[in-house]
Amino acid sequence: MMLQDFRTAVLRETVRPNIWDVVALIIVVGAMVLIVYGGEQTTQPLSALDTAPVSLDPSNLPLYALRTTLRMLLAITCSLVFTFVYAALAAKSRRAEIVLIPLLDILQSVPILGFLTFTVVFFMNLFPGKVLGAELACVFAIFTSQAWNMTFSMYQSMRNVPKDLEEATRSFHLSGWQRFWRLDVPYAMPGLIWNAMMSMSGGWFFVVASEAITVGNTTVTLPGIGSYVALAIQQKDLAAIGAALLTMLLVITAYDQLLFRPIVAWADKFRFEQTASGDPPSSWMLDLFRRTRALRKLSVPFAALNRAFSNLRLNWPTAWSGPVRRAPPSQLVDGLWLAVVVIGCAYAGWKTYLYLSATLAPSDVLSATGYGLITLIRVAVLIALASLIWVPVGVWIGLRPKLAERIQPLAQFLAAFPANLAFPVFVVLIVRYGLNANVWLSPLMILGTQWYILFNVIAGASAFPTDLREAAASLHLTGWRWWFKVVLPGVFPYYITGAITASGGSWNAAIVAEVASWGDTHLTASGLGAYIAAATERGDFPRVVLGIAVMCILVTLFNRLLWRPLYAFGERRLRLG
Amino acid sequence: MRDQVKETSLIEIKSVSRLFPKGSGEDLIVLEKVDLTIRAGEIVGLLGRSGSGKSTLLRIIAGLVSPSSGQATCRGETIAGPPRGVAMVFQSFALFPWLTVLQNVELGLEALGIDSAERRKRALAAIDLIGLDGFESAFPKELSGGMRQRVGFARALVVHPDLLLMDEPFSALDVLTAETLRTDLVDLWIDGRLPIKSVLMVTHNIEEAVLMCDRILVFSSNPGRVAAEFKVDLPHPRNRLDPAFRQLVDSLYARMTQRPEPKLPSTANAGVGMVLSHVSSNSISGLIEALAGEPYNGHADLPVLAGHLQLEVDEIFPLAEALQLLRFAHLSEGDLTLTEAGQRFAHLETDERKKLFAAHLMENVPLMGLIRRVLDDRPSHAAPAARFRIELEDYMSEQYADETLQTIVSWGRYAELFAYDEQSETFSLENPH
Repeated sequence: MMLQDFRTAVLRETVRPNIWDVVALIIVVGAMVLIVYGGEQTTQPLSALDTAPVSLDPSNLPLYALRTTLRMLLAITCSLVFTFVYAALAAKSRRAEIVLIPLLDILQSVPILGFLTFTVVFFMNLFPGKVLGAELACVFAIFTSQAWNMTFSMYQSMRNVPKDLEEATRSFHLSGWQRFWRLDVPYAMPGLIWNAMMSMSGGWFFVVASEAITVGNTTVTLPGIGSYVALAIQQKDLAAIGAALLTMLLVITAYDQLLFRPIVAWADKFRFEQTASGDPPSSWMLDLFRRTRALRKLSVPFAALNRAFSNLRLNWPTAWSGPVRRAPPSQLVDGLWLAVVVIGCAYAGWKTYLYLSATLAPSDVLSATGYGLITLIRVAVLIALASLIWVPVGVWIGLRPKLAERIQPLAQFLAAFPANLAFPVFVVLIVRYGLNANVWLSPLMILGTQWYILFNVIAGASAFPTDLREAAASLHLTGWRWWFKVVLPGVFPYYITGAITASGGSWNAAIVAEVASWGDTHLTASGLGAYIAAATERGDFPRVVLGIAVMCILVTLFNRLLWRPLYAFGERRLRLG
Repeated sequence: MRDQVKETSLIEIKSVSRLFPKGSGEDLIVLEKVDLTIRAGEIVGLLGRSGSGKSTLLRIIAGLVSPSSGQATCRGETIAGPPRGVAMVFQSFALFPWLTVLQNVELGLEALGIDSAERRKRALAAIDLIGLDGFESAFPKELSGGMRQRVGFARALVVHPDLLLMDEPFSALDVLTAETLRTDLVDLWIDGRLPIKSVLMVTHNIEEAVLMCDRILVFSSNPGRVAAEFKVDLPHPRNRLDPAFRQLVDSLYARMTQRPEPKLPSTANAGVGMVLSHVSSNSISGLIEALAGEPYNGHADLPVLAGHLQLEVDEIFPLAEALQLLRFAHLSEGDLTLTEAGQRFAHLETDERKKLFAAHLMENVPLMGLIRRVLDDRPSHAAPAARFRIELEDYMSEQYADETLQTIVSWGRYAELFAYDEQSETFSLENPH
């Protein structure tokens, strides 16, 4: 925030705190205390986990929720730092781009929960005997679920910075560093925030899944909501699961109201548009801070510091953003660089092959692929089913603005809710009615991700131009013809965006959803997710690697052969306006 | 005019050329051997059609584009990167939407590392000068186009540049707003209140150039060259209705409609490599009708016609040239005259018009002849657009090849000479039923 009033005569009066200062102060100090308190817990030795094991006493839930939330906060911070560095590198250096962007594409389709196996071992060895190691492994798991789409968004924004603004920064002699903070980051901000919110929603799922993890003989149970639920499942305590669900509900609401809404409202000014549009987003939290008097004055030195930081006269190495590139980039260096990359890839591939072929036979590859296909069918069927249900519902809601206004936040909220907390409820039902696990465990995969389809379709239907609807009405288009000629093509691009997210999420959820238990009852649906989960539990690393590789390949193929062409088609032919 | 006109040159451009790499073969020449000197105390205008390289020249001086050959110096130093003492005003304003007016104006000073008190003082002075008082804390999206461009001017002026570069600064504004901003700027310039020594502006608006500039360089297209230089000695403030003003405008029009000697293409497919600017068949019909009707009766003075139809130079020239190319009209010395065919076209019904248009298209546009020949020869009567794009790119840049293809598709569709499928980018003889 900028010093807006520089007349010192009235300064004395304006610095006196008002009521908003008091409220804001309580919030700020409260948040700090909670962070420090939660942070202290992580430095304890690992044995402390055994002396104070997770208990089902509901009075522990607030503390568990705090720990879980702190993990999320730490992970999103890491994701942001990673995003800035990685996206800047990829966008500014052509040679780095050759490697970084395809790598990111692959990382995006790697099943995150499969990672846990390796990262837990790695981080536990990094801090032997400390809780910190296990905490970091958990944070890393969340990080890997959050970072990629944020990085992609930032990279794409940086590549699409408007040419005239780019010329203006150069013409006015901004240094590379200044340009990054004054142009690249603000321009990327709306997309980045949207993706960060998506990531956060996904992150809750993974934090819950990765708090209680067993790799071979090592079992780590970090205090948190995920562990609480895991214990409740073990002890068949439905009341405890209800309490956990309620707590999560409160936590996500608080997170949304206290953190994301203010950020979205604040970031509205970064939206790149030349005319003011309808209702800007608002947040009572942001309004509260804007009404404070003393706190705003106190923030001035920080704003000045921030300004000084972004005004540092640092430059990229000249080759990156040099004003005029006289000589074309050296072909020789390019060739060498490409050779290094190819050799590196070949070497890594060879090493993987050696590692896997030492313990695995071709039949293993076949069976993993077979399981992969089963999961593939599951994902495809579930997406189709979810679309059949949610597209009509979404259209119906989206065409009623008043209703959409109320339902849209709910759908986004449901997408953020970690669906794995609700898994036990399904398992109880399956066990009680003796249902086929192969069929009835499948809906769990899409339980949390179907909402992406719903809220994207709602957004699409809300954006559907009124004149087109009126034209359809005056042409007497009704029934099937109305759906297929008018509305469905209109919401198609939005639907595809939602379906891509939902399908990606379902693949990931497979690892948790194809295996479920209630007390001593273990239900397993055959599929690649169950395959990876079983291998993880046994500590069978080669099969984990194989399972992840197969899933990676299937997801990438699925994306390339189905979603991308559909997306391109929608963007080219059906994008309105 | 400012009193202290010194004969020192700020910018020296000596036989500067600029090439852009093309899809295939040789590079495309956008700017060929241009010379230009800018001295202190003058407003120089670069006037030309789009694609004449005038914007490229401006960007070379701004240090945003490097010349392929030749020498560009600013105060005796070779230009490599944006030189100190040169500031730019953009056609699209190029304001940062997330910064307030004040922050936008301060940006250039921050980059120079000027301390905050001094920064604030100078920014407020610039805002005051350019008439933005009261808007300091507004965001660009809250402002009208004219106010936004004022911010653009304030941002450029606040760094006290020796040379102010303006890239079609008024062309994104409506007529009234543009006029107000022009006169405000000229008034400040005459009063010597602008903290600058010289101005270089790019424009395609002839009257604007005559209204503001002391010297006008007319550019010809393909490749961009300085075709002529005009001195404007009229005293400020200039009156658009002054006969001397009108005469200068007329002679500039005449100069700009003079076609350079067409270079004879060396290959067999003579004329295929002609760039076709995108002009819709509707506009062609409309212009023919307007020209055939009262008060022109088949003959019009281009500036008058442009004024009447409210068309910019950039719009009327391609249109007039398309008419000339299709032999529906003659274009010479700034006058447009309908041919006999053009007269006939004006009075025909839709279907007959299409037939006449088709005949003229086949006769006068070699590319159309080529497409039809290929489609007739092939057993499938279909050909991908890439087949012709590659051939076009032997003669022109990818961008021009695209535009030419787009034009031929729209003309061919209107004339019903072929069908074109956008999805598969294929020409064919099939007619959808």
